[in-house]
Amino acid sequence: MTSIEAQGDKHRTERHAEAHGDHHDDGHDHGSVRSYLTGFILSVILTAIPFAIVMAGGFESRFLTAAVVVGMAIVQILVHMVYFLHMNTRSDEGWTMMALIFTVVILVIVLAGSLWVMFNMNTNMMPQMIHEALGLGS
Amino acid sequence: MSTVTQAAPGDFWEVEPHHHHEGASTSIGFWVYLMSDCLMFAVLFAVFGVLGGSYAAGPGPKDLFDLELVALNTAFLLLSSITYGFAMLAMVRENTRGTLMWLGITLVFGLLFLAVEIYEFQHLIHLGAGPQRSAFLSAFFALVGTHGLHVAFGCLWLVTLMIQVRQRGLNPANRRRLACLSMFWHFLDVIWIGVFTFVYLLGMI
Repeated sequence: MTSIEAQGDKHRTERHAEAHGDHHDDGHDHGSVRSYLTGFILSVILTAIPFAIVMAGGFESRFLTAAVVVGMAIVQILVHMVYFLHMNTRSDEGWTMMALIFTVVILVIVLAGSLWVMFNMNTNMMPQMIHEALGLGS
Repeated sequence: MSTVTQAAPGDFWEVEPHHHHEGASTSIGFWVYLMSDCLMFAVLFAVFGVLGGSYAAGPGPKDLFDLELVALNTAFLLLSSITYGFAMLAMVRENTRGTLMWLGITLVFGLLFLAVEIYEFQHLIHLGAGPQRSAFLSAFFALVGTHGLHVAFGCLWLVTLMIQVRQRGLNPANRRRLACLSMFWHFLDVIWIGVFTFVYLLGMI
């Protein structure tokens, strides 16, 4: 292999390894060994910590334990988005990001709305309250 | 009479159809599908959030869940995600054998995940904690079962693609399909983060 060919090959592997964007035949960012390993190691850490905390019985305050566990999950979802799903504002001219933002908005409305409404239903409309309202309570 | 010059076909419409790159819009389309799937899971999570405390005097999460099993399952799914990533990298390097090998390893992890989940489900049903026991268990089986079904279909898809890659090689169509399954597979891992956090870990606190 001549040195020029070797250089070309090296260049090609580097480009493939870096894989940032514009020259791909299928328009995808496929990441690199390093980005996958970074994502994997971060995920392992972000999974191991909440599992360890809960398995050890959690902190004194249940709220603190829940907050830490949920916080880790949110960070890990972001790690997955960036390192595994290769989300960025550039892919597909930003349309994937727009779809994602739209979904997150709907998702928050669905989740928060359901929990809120149903929590209020449960606290305000228990059977004994109907009894009380009708004057049937003891 | 008709001295008016005839309009050439090219004046008002395009004679030649646009040559879109085959599959140029596949990734955005598939992403939109994944987002709709995400909304379906959001509804199932909301159901679990609403009903997750209704035990009907039956067993609760602390009586039923085995966190070590869940940790094992999480490890399988996470490992399958990174091995799929390596399959994609092998695909970019045009390495058919490497792609098939990493896809095979991914499949093994996917099947291990399913095996553990099926074991867990049959163990719960054996204990009398089946989906009909309480609203909590109905919501649990609906949410975790839907995720498990997705993984099962992902495995089926993976086998199909392995056969296609073996027969046709890494042609553009197969590369596109592999890229779609890649998004699907990583997406399932993201959903699993929500499952192990909100169903298992928060249930055990």
